[in-house]
Formats: sequence, C-alpha cells, structure tokens
Amino acid sequence: MTSLALTRDRIARVRPGPALAALLIAAFLLLFLVVPVVQVIFVAFQDKTTGAFTLVNFADFFQNDLFMRSFGNSFYVSAMSVVVASLLALPLAYLTTRFEFRGSVLIQSLGIIPLIMPPFIGAVAMQLLFGRNGSVNLLLRDHFGFSIPFMEGLNGVIFVQSIHYFPFILINLSASLKNIDRAMEESAQNLGCHGFRLFRRIVFPLAMPGYVAGASLVFIKVFDDLGTPLLLNVNDMLAPQAYLRISSIGIADPMGYVISVVLIACSLLALWVSALAMRGKDYATVQRGGGGLAKRRLKPLEMVAAYGIVLLILVLVLAPHVGLGLLSFATIWSFSPLPDAFTLKHYHTVFSESGQYITNTLLYASLAALLDVVIGTAIAYLVLRTKLPGRQWLDYIAMAALAVPGVVLGIGYLRSFYGVPMPFTGQPLSNFWLILVFALAIRRLPYALRACTAALQQVSSSLEEAAENLGATKLRTVGRIVVPLMSGGILAGFVTSFATAAVELSATIMLVHSQSDAPLAYGLYVYMQSAAGRGPGAALGIFAVIIVGLGTYLSHVVIERGRRDRGQDH
Amino acid sequence: MNHQFSDQRFSPAALAAQIESVGVDIEGVNLSYGSNHVLKDVNLAIKPGEFFAFLGPSGCGKTTLLRLIAGFNTAQRGEVRIGGRDISGLPPHRRDVGMVFQSYALWPHMTVRRNVAFGLEERRVPRAEIERRVDAALELVGLKHLADRRPSQLSGGQQQRVALARTVVIEPKILLLDEPLSNLDAKLRVQMRQELLSLQRKLGLTTIFVTHDQEEANTICDRIAVMEDGRVQQVGTPQDLYDHPANLFVAGFLGTANVLDGAVRDDGAGGRAFVGTGFTPVALPAAGVETGAGGKLMFRPQNLAIRADGQPPAPGHARLTGTVRHREFLGASIRYAVDVGGQLVQVDAPHQAGDALLPPDAPIILDLAADKARFLRQ
Repeated sequence: MTSLALTRDRIARVRPGPALAALLIAAFLLLFLVVPVVQVIFVAFQDKTTGAFTLVNFADFFQNDLFMRSFGNSFYVSAMSVVVASLLALPLAYLTTRFEFRGSVLIQSLGIIPLIMPPFIGAVAMQLLFGRNGSVNLLLRDHFGFSIPFMEGLNGVIFVQSIHYFPFILINLSASLKNIDRAMEESAQNLGCHGFRLFRRIVFPLAMPGYVAGASLVFIKVFDDLGTPLLLNVNDMLAPQAYLRISSIGIADPMGYVISVVLIACSLLALWVSALAMRGKDYATVQRGGGGLAKRRLKPLEMVAAYGIVLLILVLVLAPHVGLGLLSFATIWSFSPLPDAFTLKHYHTVFSESGQYITNTLLYASLAALLDVVIGTAIAYLVLRTKLPGRQWLDYIAMAALAVPGVVLGIGYLRSFYGVPMPFTGQPLSNFWLILVFALAIRRLPYALRACTAALQQVSSSLEEAAENLGATKLRTVGRIVVPLMSGGILAGFVTSFATAAVELSATIMLVHSQSDAPLAYGLYVYMQSAAGRGPGAALGIFAVIIVGLGTYLSHVVIERGRRDRGQDH
Repeated sequence: MNHQFSDQRFSPAALAAQIESVGVDIEGVNLSYGSNHVLKDVNLAIKPGEFFAFLGPSGCGKTTLLRLIAGFNTAQRGEVRIGGRDISGLPPHRRDVGMVFQSYALWPHMTVRRNVAFGLEERRVPRAEIERRVDAALELVGLKHLADRRPSQLSGGQQQRVALARTVVIEPKILLLDEPLSNLDAKLRVQMRQELLSLQRKLGLTTIFVTHDQEEANTICDRIAVMEDGRVQQVGTPQDLYDHPANLFVAGFLGTANVLDGAVRDDGAGGRAFVGTGFTPVALPAAGVETGAGGKLMFRPQNLAIRADGQPPAPGHARLTGTVRHREFLGASIRYAVDVGGQLVQVDAPHQAGDALLPPDAPIILDLAADKARFLRQ
C-alpha cells in the first residue's frame, strides 16, 4: 500500500513541462559545452595519424622548451597578478571596513571602474603611458635619469591584469570583513586578545574565505586570458600558444589540444584549492543586531596616508581609461608624454568603416545574454522548485563552464563543428555567426545562473503557494509571480552577461570567420595590430567602455529601483 | 484606521449567500518525510460552519496537516474529503481551499487591489464582476481606501486583512488559517481574534485555525484538536479539554496542571480512593478505575483552598499538608508553589489589599475538592 502510494506520488511529481525544459537545456549544454570540451580532451590523448590512445602528445609538450617556458610564465604571471592585486585591494578593504573613512565612495568607484574596461583594451593605452618610451618613463628619464620597466615583457601583463582584476579581491574581501560580527571581535577582546594578535587569530581567519574566493578567481582569469598577452605581444604564455598553434598550424595539430587540457587542469586546480579553503567555512557570522567590525576615526596623519593610498590607486585605475581616451583623439602619440595634437577623425573612421563591429557586438551580446537568463532562470527554477531527478546536474554542468578557458571552448567548437556542413550553403557550421552567440552564451552562463538562482532564493515559496492556493496553475504561477519577482536579478544577470560578452575576445578570436561577422573585440584586436590602426582601435575601445559602463550603470539603477519598490530598505 | 470589519448591508451578506458550508473529513492520514513520521493515523471530522483549531507545540504536525488539506503535501496513506468528496488527487490550484499564510505571502510587486483580484482573474471571472467583488472584499476588511497601496506600505495588521480579503474573495469551500496572529503585537492580536471570529460567523465558512497558543484557540474556536508528536491527542470544545483532559499532555498544554503520584486503593466502603504521601485519600468515581493501579491525580490550582483555621476537611474534600517553597505575586492572586510529600503543587490564593503573604518554608494546609480532580493512568 505504502509503496503503491509512493509510486503514485513519484509519477505525480514528474510533470511534463519541467521535464521537457530540462531536456532542452541538457541538449543545449551537451551540444555546445560538453561535446566540444570532451572532443578537445579526446584529441589531446589521440595519436595524430592513427587516432589511437597515446600520451606522446603530452610527452612532447613537457619536452618542448617553449611550452615549458610558457607554462612557467603563465603560472608566474597569474601568481604575481594575485600578489599585486592583493597589495592594491588589501589597504582599500581595510580602510572601508575598519575606519570611519569619508572616501568610501571613492573606494566603491575604485571597485567598479576597472571592471568596465576589458584588460586587453587598456593594454595598448598602458603601453603608451607606462611603456619604455611611455609618458611616465619619458618624464622620469628627463628629470631623474632613470626609468621603471612597468611594461617590459611579463611585467606588462602582470601590471595590466592586476589593475583590472583587483576589484574581485576587493569586493570579496570587503564583503567578508563586513560580515564579521562586532561581537566576535569584542568577545576576543573580552577574553584578553588585542592588537595584531586579535587580527591574526580572529579577524584574518574569518575574512579568509572571502579573500581566497577573490584570489582564486583572479588567478583563473589571468591564467586563461588570451587578449592581454596577445595585444602586449607576449606570446610565450599558454593561452597565446594554444591560439597560435591552432591559427597558424591548423586544427589538426595536437599541441593546441594538449595546451587546452593543461589550461583546464590548472583552472580546475585553482577552483579546487578555493573550494578546499572555503569548505566548512561558510561563516554567516552576523547575528541579530550585529553589524560589521568596530570602526574608529582616523588620526590626521593616518587620514593623509589613507587619502594618499586611495588617490594613488585611483590614478593607476584610471590610467587605462585616460590613456585610451587620449589615444582615441590623438593625431600622433609617440615618444612624447602627451599626443602632438587632437582630432576626431578616428571616430569618423570607426563609424564609416567599422560600424558592423558595433552592431554585431550588440546583436551577439544581447542574444547571448537573453539565452543566458532564459536558461539561468529555468535551471534555477528546476533546481530549487522541482523534484526532477538529476536536476542538480544541470547546475553543475552549466557552472563547469567556469573552468573552461575561452580559447579551449573556441578550439572545441572549431574541432566539433568545422566538419559539419550547414544546410543550403554547405559552409562549415563553425563559420556560422550563431555559433559565436552560443559560445558567448556558454561562457557567461555561470554568472547569469548564479544571479538567477540568488533571485529565486529570495522569493519565499509561500508567495507561490498562495498563488496556487488561489487557483493559479504552476505555469501561471511562474509567469505571474515567480518571474516578476525575480525580474531584478534576471535583469542584473542579463546586463552582466551582456556587458562581459560584448568584450569577450578569447573564444571570439578563434571563431570569427569573416570581418563582416566580427564583433567589436575582434575589430579592436585587428586595429591594434598596426601603428596606424591604434587611433581607430582606441576609438572602438571607447565604444566598448561606453557599452559596458552604461550596462553596469543600468543594472545598478534597476536593482536599486526594484529594492525600493519592494520596500526592502525601510 | 477602521479596526472593525465594516458591517455594510451588502458585502458580507452577498458573500455569505454564495458560500455553502461544508465539512472536512480526515481519515487514516499518515505522512512521512523519509524516516521522519510526521503524521500518524490522523482522523478528524470537522463539521460544516465550524471554527476548528489544530493546537499543539511546534513540530507536532499541525501545519503539515493544514498544508496537506491545501494540497502542498502528499500523504502516503489516508484521505481528505471536503464536503464528502475525496480531494487527495487534486493539485492545489483546483481545491478551492482558501489559505491565509503565516507570513501573509502578499505579492510585493502587486498593489493591494491586484493581490485581491488575483484568484478571480485566475478563475476567468468577468472584469466588471472582479472589480465589484474585490471592492466588496476590501470593504469587508475595512481597507477599501488602501486599495492602491503596495503591501510594503501597510502595517502588519493591514497586511493580515489584505491576506484575508484575498482569500475570502474567491469564496473558498473552507478557510485555512496558518498561525495568522503570530506576527502581530499582543494588543492587535487580541483584537484581531475577535474580528476573525465575527468574520467567520458572518460568512458561515468552515474554518481551520492552526496555532500553538492555547489562549487563542480557547477564545475563538468551537472545537480544538490537540496534537502532539504527529498524533491527535484529544478533540473537544475548549471547556471539555480543560475540564476533562484525556492525558497529561492535554492537561498541561491547556493550563497549569497539578499532578500527584500515587496509587488506587479500596476505601473500605466499596469505593475507590487515590493514596500517596502528603495527602489524605482522595475519593475517585468507581467507574473505570481498578484497585492497585498506579497513576496520577490531576487538578488545577483553583481546585485547592488554603485552610488556616485547623478545621477538619469538609465532606468530599481531601487534605494536603506541605510547606511553601516559593511564591509569585500576580496581583489578583498569589500563586504558591507548595511541597507536598516531595512533589510540587501550585495553588492560587485570592489577594486583597492588606493581606499578609505566606513566607517561604511556612507550613500550609490545602483542601482539594475530590470531584474536581481527575485520575489519569499516565
């Protein structure tokens, strides 16, 4: 009797609608994420001619000096970027959370400004400002007789990357410092602990998970990044090597695949280390009435030092933007601290000959973002609100995209879809522009998914039950209650996906087949290849910054308004 | 703010005219989450038009049972019938069972009016009729003037009324209230429970009320099912449960209960008596009590009287001797905790200005009216 009732129960639970949605999403993830990545891994272990299983490719990789040097360089650059980014982020996080500091708004802006400019766009401008013959070194040499190799070789990559990515550490670290309950600190003081000991034994361990989360993210981002080293002409790193092997030797060459596997393995390793550090340390330490660490006023001298640090970092952070702006208006800018003269012709050039880059970007990024929020919302709903067997796997697989570098996804798409002819035209499927949209969607899905999941978690399930109780079907409840209440989060997910997809280069550069199908990031890369193209390239970069900045601002406005409407900030 | 449900000529009557009271029958319901057996053989018959309470401590299964009726849980065994019809297979949206959630569950993205109209829109009621019925429901709860506000702009009491209006506007067959008063402050709670009762009487709607507060249940419900550990312990009117509890749990949950350990003996005159240390034998009604059985004697603090005059107990009374352990000054009365043969007993002494209080460790003599005490096997 019980078992019979249980069966009836289980049958009743698996409704056709969610099951169908789950199947469609699973098919999409399988086709555009799992198959290409598995394909790449498979080829890396395959003999080039016979197709048999082999480890020869890996042996070749580890015996090749160039590859080993690239491997070492990638590791060194990523680790150093984490160190430099931490040096930038730590004082800022400490200032906002421990002191009554009026400059907090400045620090918050510091946390956003770098993110609205992809690092590879800023790279060229940074070269002009900080390079061997850049503004800063020219001035230093003229007045003091020495120069600083900010941008020499790997230094340049580290410099550009850490300025771009330090907000990840700043945001995570500030959040976890803010979440430490004052009572945690006070009870330690009450028991006789103070000063640096207090910081080392209580504050630092409690803030650790946030720091590790931010740091591992920076490590992965830098390790996987293709655009910045390419634009700085640093080729002996792993991602550029993978790209160069495939683009110069061809998609049959196994080394590109081996490098891809190494990239994936390192991403997984970094994610695993961060998961290990976070395990069992979900410190939700703010208790009733608590709120952040005790803050104290700065003494006058400390105040001067604090503003000094914040302004210095602000200058660094704004440098790429200023440099790019100057470059986009410059006639000639070479061997001089500032451009010789200013002009609008680069913008004219971009409008007249490169309008397609901008329209393509808007089209691709919005389609990809739309796909992301639709899939993200569906997965969030399936995971949190249904009992569908295996629903958790959709989440896992979608999140796995985090560990897949853009280059690898690009290579996987080429390998998987090059041999598939399109209906009617007979062109390879990998040349079809929609493939680019799918690649962007897969790349940005983890962010959209987390935004949607967080939004749904905030919708109390009794709101849905009330709707059902009053006669709404599940589907109507989703349409009238769930989605409207999630709209803030969905929109935030859309804008994040859109803004980051708009300036994605790693996967794009592998998949762009013709100039007419190319998005902005690709156009920028092409422009920057020649000295004459730098002006228009910078102008195009300014467009990218405006698109991303506007998107970020809009999502901020929408989220704030949603919060106000719901009266969450009484 | 209008604190009384308005007694308009048409609105409650118009709603009540269309609502035909139905009963709810719960038969042999068992529900488990994995190995956690939450509801155990629950049987209840709730009469048409009754204001019925599920009363019990948290975790007793009362909310689970309520959600089962609404269709948000599935029982492994047993059935629920509303108006004689088995609804076990129906999804929540087809049950016509109105539920007011503990958190009210008002949709923050809709105005009060849209919230109340929701159920009617889902039922494809013509627009003009929706407007009319929403107005009537809002008038019923006295909130018509706030129809265009958002839920976040209302006070807790107002939100509660909106939730009620939203539920009764669909003219449900029965009304389920999940701890509806728990989020209100003490004063508003007392007022709202009278309003709930008068609304329920006007509509004649069979209503089930879940609460952990015995005072709430006692003051407004016709009958109460006391639940504990997934089982219904006893069903009855508030007075029934208080005066004739079926077991120690019910006795203790519905008020202060004094419990003495002892055993049943023959009183030598053909009757039965309860004996133990510290008190003279208490005469028991003969029916259903066996000589020699161990058990407990339960009585309320007000069944005891303090005797200061040294006279022997009146007929039908037993005498308890003990010492005062501590006392609580309650104003109208003083509650003494008295040690009787090693067991604590509470007694209420009425208080007048100028009365002297007994100090701790003072000897005290108490008389118990035997017919008010109740023998419980366990």
